[in-house]
Amino acid sequence: MTTNILEMRGITKTFPGVKALQDVSLAVERGQIHAICGENGAGKSTLMKVLSGVYAHGSYDGEIVFENETVAFKSINESEATGIVIIHQELALSPYLSIAENIYLGNEQQKNGWIDWNKTNREAAILLARVGLKDNPITKVTDIGVGKQQLVEIAKALSKQVKLLILDEPTAALNDEDSAHLLDLIKHLKGQGITSIIISHKLNEIKAIADKVTIIRDGKTIETLNMHTDEISEERIIKGMVGRDLGSRYPDHSSQIGEEILRVEDWTVYHPMHHDRMVVKGANIHVKSGEIVGIAGLMGSGRTELAMSVFGHSYGAKISGKVFKNGVLVKTDTVSAAISHGLAYATEDRKHYGLNLIENIQRNVSLAALYKLARNGWVDANREATVAKGFLKSMNIKAPNVEAITGKLSGGNQQKVVLSKWMFSDPDVLILDEPTRGIDVGAKYEIYGIINRLADEGKGVIVISSELPELLGICDRIYTLAEGRITADVPRSEATAEFLMQRMTQERDKES
Amino acid sequence: MSAFRSSLDYLAGQLRQIGLFIALIAIIIFFQVATSGITLKPINVSNLIVQNSYILILAVGMVMVIIAGHIDLSVGSVVAFVGAMSGVMITQWHIPWWGAIILCLIVGALVGMWQGFWIAYFGIPAFIVTLAGMLTFRGLTQIALQNQQISPFPDEFRALGSGFLPDLGGGTSLLEPLTVGLGVLATLLLVAQGIRSRLARQKYDVEDEPLAWFVLKLAFTSGLILLITFLLASYRGTPIVLVVLGVLIVGYSAVMSRSVFGRHVYALGGNRQAAALSGVKTKRVTFLLFVNMGVIAALAGLVFTAQLNLANPKAGDGFELDAIAAVFIGGAAVTGGIGTVTGAIIGGLIIGILNNGMSILGVGTEFQQLIKGLVLLGAVAFDVYNKRRSGGR
Repeated sequence: MTTNILEMRGITKTFPGVKALQDVSLAVERGQIHAICGENGAGKSTLMKVLSGVYAHGSYDGEIVFENETVAFKSINESEATGIVIIHQELALSPYLSIAENIYLGNEQQKNGWIDWNKTNREAAILLARVGLKDNPITKVTDIGVGKQQLVEIAKALSKQVKLLILDEPTAALNDEDSAHLLDLIKHLKGQGITSIIISHKLNEIKAIADKVTIIRDGKTIETLNMHTDEISEERIIKGMVGRDLGSRYPDHSSQIGEEILRVEDWTVYHPMHHDRMVVKGANIHVKSGEIVGIAGLMGSGRTELAMSVFGHSYGAKISGKVFKNGVLVKTDTVSAAISHGLAYATEDRKHYGLNLIENIQRNVSLAALYKLARNGWVDANREATVAKGFLKSMNIKAPNVEAITGKLSGGNQQKVVLSKWMFSDPDVLILDEPTRGIDVGAKYEIYGIINRLADEGKGVIVISSELPELLGICDRIYTLAEGRITADVPRSEATAEFLMQRMTQERDKES
Repeated sequence: MSAFRSSLDYLAGQLRQIGLFIALIAIIIFFQVATSGITLKPINVSNLIVQNSYILILAVGMVMVIIAGHIDLSVGSVVAFVGAMSGVMITQWHIPWWGAIILCLIVGALVGMWQGFWIAYFGIPAFIVTLAGMLTFRGLTQIALQNQQISPFPDEFRALGSGFLPDLGGGTSLLEPLTVGLGVLATLLLVAQGIRSRLARQKYDVEDEPLAWFVLKLAFTSGLILLITFLLASYRGTPIVLVVLGVLIVGYSAVMSRSVFGRHVYALGGNRQAAALSGVKTKRVTFLLFVNMGVIAALAGLVFTAQLNLANPKAGDGFELDAIAAVFIGGAAVTGGIGTVTGAIIGGLIIGILNNGMSILGVGTEFQQLIKGLVLLGAVAFDVYNKRRSGGR
């Protein structure tokens, strides 16, 4: 009786210390386009990884029914064999292989163990026609744009006899024209009986193509809205995405705001590889002493790129704009210059950019300001240990001693080591990029306390986050960033999650 | 009870270093027995040090390069090139021996700057740049020597490779007094420094190794130095190259463990992006490391040439592999960020003693190669196994 192609019931998935999904249910009707919405970290991607077998059956609780049969995927190969294909945000194409080779990668068209090139290219051409791509199948993937690469991914999915296509943020890296084309294609495939699940932050797109929307928040299903029967506005979806109480998850704090200490003017940054792609567009931000300023932006909005380019030109090319420290124009074009001007940047990606994971706590904490512990180039290891022990205590880092290897600490404790490193460098302005990503609620509360403490010491703190309740809970003032542009600058008293989300998902050229 | 447990925990953490020491001692004992006592005869110990000195010197520079996450394949050719230059300078340009030594070290620095430039500032992987260097400097060696050998060298120059410190006993005393003096002095300095830093750590209330372990380690190292002193003093005294080597080991150990530069090298090898975002000038550190490696390779080239009393177009062939093997047997990580100067020296000694012992036993070179290969593989396998067992990444 059911027309559902897919039902996920009571899915619960826990990571050490974090409950990523809690009793999540999802029903997708055959032949429909089903959108999934939620903030970053709400659990959308985790849910899709459970569905596609990236997290093997047995590592989660709950039941998945696909085409009226209970399935238990142990790997992504098994889910693909049944007709579920996921296309990730980061495309999984091999750049120096041809379009046809990519389409049949892992599924080579062969005759007696030898690749049948004629068949490969002929079949690929047919698939390309289905997705509306006119390029020659022997073109190398690196020679076509991101929009076309996305279409190649879909052609690859079609080659696997896809029944349920999952697209994770498919238009995040695409321009308007390519996005429109892609959305048309998804609709077109719907006409051919292919069901799609689309994860997106762009609410206008969801409105345009989705039949139903399921909203996930904090690892739980909140509601499923029918886009046809109900009159669903973008505001209605946003409310579902952010609507949670802001209880006492944030320590009480009132900031003593002083003089302006950092101002960034007309900051423009281009992509390091594609020099014609502007990633940050004429951004103006400032922070005062004792002030906690938020930058609200979704993934891909240019928030990290903004921060890293200001911090010693660590990202991007053709950077232009001015940085004023205490009203004086300064150069921050190398990391050491930025540090000496009192800047600190704690990365969103601890493991790759924040910590030396094979080194101990003591040496990680001292790295950014080793000169403070050295005389004539020689480090005083005893003072260094004393410093590290001080942070172990004051930051409540849970580790046996300062010799503990940081790679073995939990996410929250690793984050505290990163913060300790930058606190030891005694900066005037700290830029904290997603300071609470991947850490549990208790540790989050502690991090908020640390942020407040830093502001009380008269430092300016910039917090980059896509979790709106977090920004509303701790910041004095919030900027929104969309597609590299600052779209709003509001004091906390006037900010609401709905307003921020609307400005964060704002399409380009809507305002200007 | 808990003190005992924490001692055990501490030792477990030091497993790699202890294992390395035990392996070294086991190999020495094995060959001492198998060669019926020839291995630890004074003349053999003296030869062992002298004949392995240039590999040990190279290992000191190589371990730093490898900790930073790079590699240097060119050092064998640089050894030959510098040897050739020293020959040309002394015999054809008639530059005094001491001037030639200084100029050769400068040549080494220039070689390092050349390679360091391409690696650090141009961004070509060290493997490629130094592979190219291996070929170009071998070629330059042959050009400089015009495919001829140069020999002989003046005695003062040869002393760098095969000379001994003067015998203060006039060749009549049973033990050479200067060597005994130096050995005792070194032991006293070692003990004093050990106690001093332990007291300083206690003053700062820094976690320290258990007392018993500290005493044991100090006693063992002192004993080892005194044993070597005794053996050397009962032969011809202290090889000059041992003094050079000693200075290098002590100096670079200090640089790597205590200097800002050394810390930056470890940070660079452990996570280059994190180091760069912490203000480490990663390009400059890489450049300087290769300059340093060039100078050290030049020094090894001088020692080798002096020892053979010959500048030879084929000199130094395969030295880079011995040095790299020594570093990895000594516990350095292939991915960078881990390793010590002393580890590399012990690794080099293990290879040296294997070579020496097997030669005495008359083991053919084919089996020597085979066994050395298996030792290298085994040592690294042991590392990988340990890391996996302790749950590290």
